Amino acid sequence: MYQILKKKTLNVNTKLMVIDAPHVARKAEPGQFIILRVDEDGERIPLTIAEYDRAKGTVTIIFQEVGATTQALGMLNEGDCLCDFVGPLGRESELEGLKKVAVVGGGLGCAIAYPQAKKLHEMGCEVDLIAGFRSKDLIILADEMKAASTNLYIVTDDGSNGRKALVTQVLQELIDAGNQYDAVIAIGPMIMMKFVCETTRPYGIKTVVSMNTIMVDGTGMCGCCRLTVGGETKFACVDGPDFDGHLVDFDSSMRRAAMYKAQEKAAVERREAHCNLYKKEVE
Amino acid sequence: MANMNPKKVPMPEQPADVRNKNFEEVTLGYTPEMAIEEAKRCLNCKHKPCISGCPVQVKIPEFIALVAEGKFLEAAAKIKETSALPAVCGRVCPQETQCEEICVRGIKGEAVAIGRLERFVADYARESGEEKIIKPVPNGHKVAVIGAGPAGLTCAGDLAQLGYAVTVFEALHTAGGVLMYGIPEFRLPKEIVQKEIDTLKELGVTFVLNFVVGRSETIDELFEDGYEAVFIGSGAGLPSFMGVPGENANGVYSANEYLTRINLMKAYEKDAETPIQHAHKIAIVGGGNVAMDAARCAKRMGAEEVYIVYRRSEAELPARLEEIDHAKEEGIIFKFLTAPLEVLTDEEYNVTGLRCQQMELGEPDASGRRRPVPVEGSEFTIELDCVIPAIGTSPNPLIRTTTPGLDTNRKGCIVADDEHGITSKEGVFAGGDAVTGAATVILAMGAGKRAAAAMDEYIRSKQ
Repeated sequence: MYQILKKKTLNVNTKLMVIDAPHVARKAEPGQFIILRVDEDGERIPLTIAEYDRAKGTVTIIFQEVGATTQALGMLNEGDCLCDFVGPLGRESELEGLKKVAVVGGGLGCAIAYPQAKKLHEMGCEVDLIAGFRSKDLIILADEMKAASTNLYIVTDDGSNGRKALVTQVLQELIDAGNQYDAVIAIGPMIMMKFVCETTRPYGIKTVVSMNTIMVDGTGMCGCCRLTVGGETKFACVDGPDFDGHLVDFDSSMRRAAMYKAQEKAAVERREAHCNLYKKEVE
Repeated sequence: MANMNPKKVPMPEQPADVRNKNFEEVTLGYTPEMAIEEAKRCLNCKHKPCISGCPVQVKIPEFIALVAEGKFLEAAAKIKETSALPAVCGRVCPQETQCEEICVRGIKGEAVAIGRLERFVADYARESGEEKIIKPVPNGHKVAVIGAGPAGLTCAGDLAQLGYAVTVFEALHTAGGVLMYGIPEFRLPKEIVQKEIDTLKELGVTFVLNFVVGRSETIDELFEDGYEAVFIGSGAGLPSFMGVPGENANGVYSANEYLTRINLMKAYEKDAETPIQHAHKIAIVGGGNVAMDAARCAKRMGAEEVYIVYRRSEAELPARLEEIDHAKEEGIIFKFLTAPLEVLTDEEYNVTGLRCQQMELGEPDASGRRRPVPVEGSEFTIELDCVIPAIGTSPNPLIRTTTPGLDTNRKGCIVADDEHGITSKEGVFAGGDAVTGAATVILAMGAGKRAAAAMDEYIRSKQ
């Protein structure tokens, strides 16, 4: 069993958990993900690895309580165990040789952008980290991101924390100011990643995105996570999750991501009907 | 006195219009009386062709003679001497092209119902609860098996019997491989598979679930951990797609995904956590057993129209005859000589139909089957809201890309000799779909069995 060693609330609906999983911690690298099941009847959901500690044998996950499974996960406490926790899955991010990089994170995507920024920073790379959130109270990992970057730019959609801007505006300004990036790494909602790619495309800056598609097994068995990259069908679980953003067909991926919207809503309602505690937690 | 009835004793089954609405087992199995009557049809002929037709060489006439005498537990023990999973094989083996194909009784009339008898005996022994497991004496050696599907389970069982400490590494959260995620409940109840796995555990086999060899650890690291030999039975899990426009649309599922959601994740149960789209009109593209399984699942999930779209004619269908007959009885509509051209979608990228082309049979191709050739101007559309390609799978690249020194062919299959499963890497053996590409449960079991013997020989030769 995979015990929850630490649980921390990052914002109103985002939580961090440190899980005891030595097999996963031993090999985990930035960019890779795990699949977990909360209980015996649960669905398998993928979550990107936010941090790992090989010596302690732990893996950190950060998740937003948006569906029935993440809500159930959020209900667990330190000392509780997850039914299943498998990984590391997917390919690690290719960060070797990069000297100056802009890392762009959107919302929960910052939890995934952070380990990449951290690794790059440790490797001596100059990291401009642009993090966007909807509002001030949703900001997560501010201190961690600061420590993992050369320059940190936090912006919000509503201007409740300093500057009101989109991440793409900040990126555009940095490019206009003459910054020469070896690569831009964009992680967040698909729509954000799409527009980051459109921002960098005219300059031909290599732009890597992390595709958080729907998955079942996460090992290449079902093909549920497939997407179109450069006209070819690829599996996010084994070929990715990182892809060349300029080649990704975001429109079709966004439509695939909406495939189970109705069922997800029903599942949340079902869980809430079962247990009043859920309502409290979420509110 | 032998029973000279030219026909098999029929096996009771759920009526077609009842069973196509539930996930319970279709065929119900023999009663003891039926089994004895059928067993008496075996002539116990001298040259026993049936045994040579079995990939794991079950001692068929011997176990059938015991059934005829009513000694069912003894019969079960006889099968277990060479087969690790009789309750599974009795249900899903293609007996008609193996043991039963060369049965002497088949010359004039129907072959002895070997598969049904095997199933009866295995079920009887399991339900009696009187199967005794004798734990083998440990021989002090450690071996690893990758993949808990039919090949891996068989290999693990045989090695455990020889006294090896066997650890099976499985990527999913449940052992059983295709027996759990692929073959539907109504054809192979999961409880039966679980029981066979529990038996292996009682024999001393250790199962490590949620462990992806190639990611969690590489094969070289398994050797560092002290395993003296490794068997790769990781199967052929990577689904192929059709390569036609629109196939990434919402409502296109690989057969693997569709079956995994239903069988492994229990999406057929009301309020299941794992969702599935409840489509009304579904086409399955392909004509193998997996296609039949997907079609019959679709019907049970409540679809009003379920089509099998197959580019050759009925005679070339690769599925077992029993599966085809069952599918037809349950109301599956077969569109033969039909090839998909394009998945049609609406603005939201949901499936609305499949544009197809009529085919005709031309000259035989490399496989010896007549090649389907398009008929000019014969395009037509089937209105649908779900399309399921069931056109094959290939081995997962994870192991081959993380194991230096392991040779694979251009299809990504591991190169291993058929007789012993020996690969290009010392101490590494392989068998089943990982070597052959998608094939059958029993062929994988045969390969697992032969590899187990070769691994034993390899380890003993090193001492």
